[in-house]
Amino acid sequence: MEKHVVVIYPHPDDESFGAAGTIAKFRDQGVPVTYLCGTLGEMGRNMGNPTFANRETLPEIRKQELINACNVLDMELRMLGYRDKTLEYEDRNEVAQHIKGILEELEPSLVITHYPEHAVHPDHNALGAAAIEAVRLIDEEKRPTVWAQAITNTQLEDLGVPQIINDVRDNFDKKMEAILCHQSQANGVIRSWNQSDDLSNDLKEEAMKRLSIESFYIWKF
Amino acid sequence: MKPIDITKVQEKLESFVGKEVYIHLETTNGAYASHVNEKAYNVGVYIRNAKVRFNQAKIVGDGKSYRAGLKMEIGWIYAEGLTDWELFENEKLLMAGHDREGRLMVALQISETPFHY
Ligand SMILES: [Zn+2]
Repeated sequence: MEKHVVVIYPHPDDESFGAAGTIAKFRDQGVPVTYLCGTLGEMGRNMGNPTFANRETLPEIRKQELINACNVLDMELRMLGYRDKTLEYEDRNEVAQHIKGILEELEPSLVITHYPEHAVHPDHNALGAAAIEAVRLIDEEKRPTVWAQAITNTQLEDLGVPQIINDVRDNFDKKMEAILCHQSQANGVIRSWNQSDDLSNDLKEEAMKRLSIESFYIWKF
Repeated sequence: MKPIDITKVQEKLESFVGKEVYIHLETTNGAYASHVNEKAYNVGVYIRNAKVRFNQAKIVGDGKSYRAGLKMEIGWIYAEGLTDWELFENEKLLMAGHDREGRLMVALQISETPFHY
């Protein structure tokens, strides 16, 4: 059993879309989970549908959505305070040291983050790389395992079959509840996957098609 | 935000003329544009809290979508595709263009005090 799991993603909603089922399973086993969320998603394009946010109100709205989702998933939340879309321009080592400090305090047995260069969004790639660098800097005896999540369309060709494949249909209700906490984003994100007119009006059904498997590659140091 | 009222926005734009103001200007088609459509390119531009002074300002449009241009002593700022506006915190002029799904495509914001964050 894991001792403590730390999830490191840049955006409020990455945790819910990407790993909510996995997180819920760990919580069911009584494993503490902490989310280090890199930014507040300040630069998100989805403003709700119909729109209820604007560029200036979005950060506070997403912060509250993030807090709600972490409550649903019953995990501790720490916000790292970076700004959306700028993580790749930050000093990689500085970000890695920042994360390393927190990992040394929490002493997780497992870290979940994005797979650098295979995670589509520049923030995903940059924070994934910094998180893995942070873990690499930890002494080998104390170093947690890293599960890296790829989200490119070509991940199977590029990286092979992931070692960890979690079927989360059992707790999909919990995952959906976490996703729907992100009120300003959920609708727009789910609809963006299917631009044809025959999109089902049932968001859960659409989400199930894409999100019922959460898979990760075990990082080799 | 609400649909642009050209008279009110023009009035507010003119209230900034000759003053030192902070500008937020962005356009984006999103970080996932080429992920969901491989024929697309990701494009985006972002400036926050650029300090400028303009001596003319005008909003022009056909009732659905608008363009706003600011003339400075040695240069221009403009944005196209604006659909909605809001007076935020009683002083910041927010203008933005949204697509049918409510996604922000372009924003031009002007304020006498810096934008937060
Ligand atoms: Zn993300």
